[in-house]
Amino acid sequence: MAFTLYALIQTAILFTNAIAVLHEERFLSKIGWGAEQSIGGFGDEPGIKAQLLNLIRSVRTVMRVPLIAVNSVCIVLLLLFG
Amino acid sequence: MEYPNQSGFRQRKLQAGVRMRGTPGDPRDPSLLFDDTSAGGDKHDLSGVGKGPGVCPGQALISDPMSNLALAYGSSLASHGREMMDKNLDRFIPISKLKYYFAVDTVYVGKKLGLLVFPYMHDNWEVIYQQDTPVAPRFDINAPDLYIPVMGFITYILVAGLALGTQNRFSPEILGIQASSALVWLIIEVLAVLLSLYLVTVNTDLTTIDLVAFSGYKYVGMIVGVIAGLLFGRMGYHLSLLWCCVSTFVFTIRTLRLKILSEAAAEGRLVRGAKNQLRMYLTMAIAAAQPVFMYWLTFHLVR
Repeated sequence: MAFTLYALIQTAILFTNAIAVLHEERFLSKIGWGAEQSIGGFGDEPGIKAQLLNLIRSVRTVMRVPLIAVNSVCIVLLLLFG
Repeated sequence: MEYPNQSGFRQRKLQAGVRMRGTPGDPRDPSLLFDDTSAGGDKHDLSGVGKGPGVCPGQALISDPMSNLALAYGSSLASHGREMMDKNLDRFIPISKLKYYFAVDTVYVGKKLGLLVFPYMHDNWEVIYQQDTPVAPRFDINAPDLYIPVMGFITYILVAGLALGTQNRFSPEILGIQASSALVWLIIEVLAVLLSLYLVTVNTDLTTIDLVAFSGYKYVGMIVGVIAGLLFGRMGYHLSLLWCCVSTFVFTIRTLRLKILSEAAAEGRLVRGAKNQLRMYLTMAIAAAQPVFMYWLTFHLVR
């Protein structure tokens, strides 16, 4: 399989967009992955599910604004160059 | 390092600008990552060569005081610009940390390559520390380095071009395609390992560059396999790739075991608990991914 760096960038943008689109109260809470359900005990180490939820929430918070810029650039480039 | 013999028309002009900047790399660095192998004889030759062509047009330039001024200003501007670029570059890519990974010598490279192909006799896999920082790879064979992975990557691309050339499938774009493909797979693997390390909450001192180094060690096995395939046909390729896959698997497990697992489990004692079991699975998964990648990236090269 011949990957290029451009394909990797595309994949990264698509994955980040997919994570950013998961809505907190409409979807994640319904399947038990909401933010308030992951704050369990502070003593022991969090399990994999708590880490994953933490990761999803932090990606959504951090990448929201940069994704707007990156997506706008992508849209303009795709409009210009097909 | 002293520069006693730099002569020629640049010396007087440069000294004014250079002296206040100071030397960028301190030669009396206590960690001594690199040996100072520059001998006085080299400086003699270099300055002699530089002086020859510099004298004739230089004489004409020196006589004009305006161009003297312009020369001084230009050189001070260049040095100032370079210093600013160094400072800014260091913020994005930690150059000083990278230097540690390239502090290798021939003996280390030879022993490490032997260890990658035959890791069964080596018994002490711990990394030697010196006041909380790991020792440079030149003094400790277990320390990861970036020299072998980088050289292995470049050699792999060249060997891939050679293999494709023997099958009349070569074109110059193929080299670029192979290079970017292997690089993308390396990035994907490092990101996957980082993600899994984060999810399992492992408290380890493995940095990203360490992971790049460990992922890059498989290029050695791939090169051996492809060259054996070129020399001895498919049977040679399969046999040598099998041998290198097993050795890389064992090497990765033995190296990562000490970093990921807790102390007791790493020594081989059976430690109960779901956490240690999960970490063991993680180590085995990382090690098992190496042969898979080794086969995936080379099977299309040997027909």
